Amino acid sequence: MKRSFAIGIGGAAGQGVATPGDIFAKIFSRRGLHLNAYNAYQSIIRGGHTFLTIRTGLQEVRNMGDRIDLLIPLNQDTMDRHLRLLGAGAACIYNADTIHPGSAAEGVQLCPLPVSKLADITRNKVAQNTLAMGAGLQMMGIGFESLEEVLREQFKKKGEAVVAENVGVARAGYDHAAAHFKAFPLPLPRTENRYAILSGNIAMAMGGAAAGVKFYCAYPMSPSTGVLHWMAAHARKAGIMVRQVEDEIGVVNMAIGAAHGGVRAMCATSGGGFALMSEGLGMSAMIETPIVVIDCQRAGPSTGVPTKTEQGDLWQMLGAAFGDYPRVIAAPLDIGDCFKLIPEIFNIVDRFQCPGLVLCDLLLSEGRLTVDPKELDFRPPIDRGELITAGKGGPSAPATNGAYKRYQITESGISPRAIPGVPGHIHTVATDEHQEDGVLISDEFTNPIKRRAMMEKRMRKVAGIEAAVPQPALVGPRTADVTLIGWGSTKGVIEEACEILTEQGISANQLPIRWLVPLHGEAILELLKGSRHTIIVENNYSGQFARYLRSETSFVADGHIRKYDGEPFMPHHIVEAVKDQLAGKTKLSVPMHEIMV
Amino acid sequence: MEASTQRVGRLTIHDLKGKVEPDWCPGCGDFGVLAAIQKALVELEIPLHNVVILSGIGCSSNLPGFINTYGMHTLHGRALAVATGLKLANHELTVIVTGGDGDGFGIGGNHFVHTMRRNVDLLYVVMDNQIYGLTTGQTSPTSRIGMKTKSMPFGNIEAPVNPISLALAAGATFVARGFSGEQKHLTELIKQGIEHKGFSLLDAFSPCVTYNHDNTYQWFRPRVKKLEDDSAYDPTDWTTAMEKSLLWGDEIPIGKFFERTDVPTLHGAEPVLNEGPLVHRDPRVPLEVGRSFIEELM
Repeated sequence: MKRSFAIGIGGAAGQGVATPGDIFAKIFSRRGLHLNAYNAYQSIIRGGHTFLTIRTGLQEVRNMGDRIDLLIPLNQDTMDRHLRLLGAGAACIYNADTIHPGSAAEGVQLCPLPVSKLADITRNKVAQNTLAMGAGLQMMGIGFESLEEVLREQFKKKGEAVVAENVGVARAGYDHAAAHFKAFPLPLPRTENRYAILSGNIAMAMGGAAAGVKFYCAYPMSPSTGVLHWMAAHARKAGIMVRQVEDEIGVVNMAIGAAHGGVRAMCATSGGGFALMSEGLGMSAMIETPIVVIDCQRAGPSTGVPTKTEQGDLWQMLGAAFGDYPRVIAAPLDIGDCFKLIPEIFNIVDRFQCPGLVLCDLLLSEGRLTVDPKELDFRPPIDRGELITAGKGGPSAPATNGAYKRYQITESGISPRAIPGVPGHIHTVATDEHQEDGVLISDEFTNPIKRRAMMEKRMRKVAGIEAAVPQPALVGPRTADVTLIGWGSTKGVIEEACEILTEQGISANQLPIRWLVPLHGEAILELLKGSRHTIIVENNYSGQFARYLRSETSFVADGHIRKYDGEPFMPHHIVEAVKDQLAGKTKLSVPMHEIMV
Repeated sequence: MEASTQRVGRLTIHDLKGKVEPDWCPGCGDFGVLAAIQKALVELEIPLHNVVILSGIGCSSNLPGFINTYGMHTLHGRALAVATGLKLANHELTVIVTGGDGDGFGIGGNHFVHTMRRNVDLLYVVMDNQIYGLTTGQTSPTSRIGMKTKSMPFGNIEAPVNPISLALAAGATFVARGFSGEQKHLTELIKQGIEHKGFSLLDAFSPCVTYNHDNTYQWFRPRVKKLEDDSAYDPTDWTTAMEKSLLWGDEIPIGKFFERTDVPTLHGAEPVLNEGPLVHRDPRVPLEVGRSFIEELM
C-alpha cells in the first residue's frame, strides 16, 4: 500500500484552523510531496466545530484516507470528538493548559504542550497553534528552516517584530518536541518535484480563464463562491468582466446576454441557485447561444446542509428546463480535472451551440490537491465553432433583411452563428419557436411542419455531440472480481479502495464516468460485459446515477454503495462494503461516517 | 444611452421594417411606440447592425420581430439582465430593451431595480398598458385600485407601482414618460434616451384597446401635460422630479422628468473594458499572466 501521513486539525470556526493547515500544505508541497486537504466545517462564521484533514505522501493522494497520524485539537471539543480516531503509532499534540486528554487507544502518543511556559500567551493569541506546528514538524522529521521560511512569508507584511515573534514561538515548540516527544518512525521524504496546491473552485476558475472566458457572473452560494472569489481577484489581470448579480436568474440571463454578444461566458452556483437558472438554460438551448454553468453540489434538498458534500443534483441537471433540447453534462473526476474540463466543455458547447453543465461537488470545489503545474495548460485548444464575427461589405453597408438565416436547417443541426454588430446578418433570435430566419412560428405563423423541422434540426446536434465526446474507459485490469462504477469526485477514493482490495486478494477495477450527457451507453455495456460483479458507488440516497444508467442502458448493477450524510467516502467504507457484498450479506451498503463534524 | 459614433445617412422608415408585420390588435398603442422607435433610429442615423433590441415576453415584447435591427426575444422579465450581459460583452452596440408593465415591473421587478442602480447604458422602453394582454386581461402591477379584470373581478385592492418614482429612487439617470398618442414627443424622448449615457427609462402609455377599458386614448388625451411646456421645469432637479412623479389624476405629466450626466456607466466604470469591447479581444490570457496565476499556488 502507498505510504501516506495525515494530520487532523480541529477547533471552533475563527480559532485559526486554516492557517496551520495552509502552512503544513505549503511545507509538504515544497518538499515535493503530494497532498490532499479536506475541511469538514459548519455554516457558522465564529464557533461550532471545524476539522481539517491534510494527507501527504510521495505518491498521489486523492482522498482524505482512513487514518489520522497526528491530531492537533485546538480546543477541548476537538479532543473529545476525535481522540478516539487515533490508532497505535499516532500522536496528539495539545495545549496542556486548557485541554484535558481523554483515554486514547494503546500505542497513541499524547504530547502535552505547556503553552504558557513556552510562549507569552498574552501577546500571541494563537501561540498554541504555532507551537503545535513546530512540534509536529519536528516529529515528522522536517527541518525547522522549512517552517521558518513559510512563517516569514506569512507574516512579512506585519513587520520583522511579528516575524521574529512567530518564528521564536515555532522554534520553542520544535525544541520542546525534540526534548520530550517521540518522533514518528519514518521521516517525511523530500523530492525535487514542485506542485501547485489548488481547490476545485480555483481550478475551474483558472480553467475558465485558460478557455478564454471573458464574462463571469455569479450570486454568492456555498460551495461555489470560491470560483467567484478567484475570478473577481484576477479579473483585471486576465481581462475578464466579472459581475456579482442580484440573483441566479439574473446570473444565467446575464451570461447568456454576454455569450450572445460573442464572448465565452460562464457562471457557477450550487443546487438551489441552479434551480433558479433552469428557465434560462432552456433559452440558451432555444436561441442556440452556448454558455457553461457550474453546479457545485451540496447536501440537499432545499437549503440542506450548505457546508456538506453530495452528488444529489444529477436528475435536476438531466431534467433542468422543460422541453427536449441538446445539452452536455460533465462531472470532473478530480481537482486537476476541474481545470482541464472547462476548456473541453466550452469547445463542445461552442461547436454545438447549446448549454453545458459542469457537475462538481463540495468535495472537489473546496478540497485541495497538489497538481503538477504542467497539467495547468493556459494554451488549450480553443474551438469557437461556426461563429461569424465579420460581415460582408464593411460596416457602412446598409443593413437590410438579408439572406442570412440564423437557424438554417443543416445536416449537422449546426447553423452558422452571427453575433450582433456584424453587417449584413441582422436577425432576431427568439425563445419562441421560430423558422430558419428567426421569425416566430409561435403566434400567427404556427406550422407543424416547420416546428418539426426545427425540433429535428436542434436535436440532430445530439449525434454530433456524441461523436465529439470521448467514451469512458476502465481503470485497472480488464477483468476483475469486482468492478466499481462511480462518477465525478469519487474517482480518487474508489481508486484507493481498488488498491486495498487488490492487496487483500480481491481484484478490483473502476469505471469512472466523466461525461454524463452524452453517456455512451453502448460503450459502457461493452466495458461491463467482462465484469464478474458490479457495484455503483455514489454520494446520494437514491442512487441517481444507477437509475440514470438503468434508464439509458437497462443495465442493473449487482450492488450499490451510497452515502448521504454530507461527508465524502473514505477508502475503508468502500472496501468493507465490497467485502460484505461479495460475501452476499447485502446489495446496498450505506457506510457510517466516523468523523463527527 | 450612448449612440454609436458611426452614423449612416439615407435610412428611411422602410429600412426599419421587420420581416413580418406586427400582429397586435388593430388600434393597439404598441404600433405608435414601434413607429416612434423606428423614426428615432432613422433620425439618429445609427447603422442598424449596431443596434440590438431586446424584449421579454408579452404583446409588446414581440416588437423585436417587427423592426430591422438585431433582436433578442428573451424570457418573461429577463430582458434587462440579458441586455446587461450583452452590453458588457460589446459596449459599442446601441442597446434598447422593450417590454410591457407586467414584464418589467412584475416578474422582472428585481432586475429592473438593479439595472437602474448599475446605470447600464441602455434605453428601456416600457409599453405600459396597465393590464396583462397576451394572457387575455389580468391585473398588472400598474393597474389602478378598483380596476376590474378577470383575475380581480371585484376590483383591484393593491396599490399600483409608480414606475417614475421607483426609477428615481433606484438611481436611474434618465427618467421619462411618453404617450403612444403623442408621436413627435415620444420620438423625441426615445432619441434623448438613446443618446443619454447611462440607464434611460421611458415609461410609455400604450393603451390596450381590447382589455383595458379604463385607461383608453380618450382617457389619457385630456390628462397628459408635457413637462417641456413648462419652461420653469428643471429636469436636473431630482426633488422636483420626485414631486412631479406623484401627480396622477386630472393632470398626468409626460416628458423628461429627470436626467443627470455625472454618473459613470457600468461599462465605463470597469477598467477591464478600457481596452475596448471584450468581443474584439484575443480570448487567450497571456502565457506569462497564466504562469503568474499558477505561481501564486506554489
